[in-house]
Amino acid sequence: MADPMKIRAAMVGDKVEVKVLMAHEMETGQRKDAKGATIPAWFIQNVTATVNGRTVLSAEWGPAVAKNPFLSFRFSGAKAGDKVVIAWTDNHGDKRTDEATITA
Amino acid sequence: MKMDRRRVLKGASGMAVMSLAMAAGLVRPGTARAEAWNKAAFEVKGNLNEAVKALGGSGATESKDIVMSSPDIAENGAVVPFTVTSKVPHTESIALLVEKNPNMLAADFTIPDGTEPWINTRIKMGQTSNVIALVKADGKYYYTSKEVKVTLGGCGG
Repeated sequence: MADPMKIRAAMVGDKVEVKVLMAHEMETGQRKDAKGATIPAWFIQNVTATVNGRTVLSAEWGPAVAKNPFLSFRFSGAKAGDKVVIAWTDNHGDKRTDEATITA
Repeated sequence: MKMDRRRVLKGASGMAVMSLAMAAGLVRPGTARAEAWNKAAFEVKGNLNEAVKALGGSGATESKDIVMSSPDIAENGAVVPFTVTSKVPHTESIALLVEKNPNMLAADFTIPDGTEPWINTRIKMGQTSNVIALVKADGKYYYTSKEVKVTLGGCGG
């Protein structure tokens, strides 16, 4: 199981700004190890963010997203105290879901 | 024979349940798509038109309503920050593509109603390349591009 995500969600005016830092190798499948064998690709493919059951962002990623991916986005229609739930799935089928409470 | 019949029955009832759930609005087609991964689009190499086709469009128009900000020179290609803002009305998605990466599509974000057409993320660049921000709005595709110089690649070894 991968390490937890770091999620910050804060009100900026009437919008919520979310910042997420995920812990993932995001191996491209292009690199070779010391013996010259290709290191297989291992990366997050799908990311979804939901608030009160409503999807506020979803994404499809390739291996070109940087290691330990960072993502920031803004949405409206939520208030301080609501929870932002972020989930990802990688190409091995590994999943991780974390949440953060929106701060004022 | 018996097993086959069972599988067919099972499959059929599964489908029926799915379509019932869809009809009832429990499982929206959009939700089901959220976990899909467009393999074809992520395998396109260095050709924006092909990438747009793989994403379901037919060509993209250059637009000044998309603003992409990034460093002009990235010292480390493994971590290049990009911010994309779309002022195109009804923006539905924002994608980032690096022309000279082994596969050009890096990320595709779906922007639902209520979410700002604004994305900030970090991607890898194998070498100096044009980076394209591709926006889908009202079913049409728009883009802007910018060259980012890379002094140390982030895709090789």
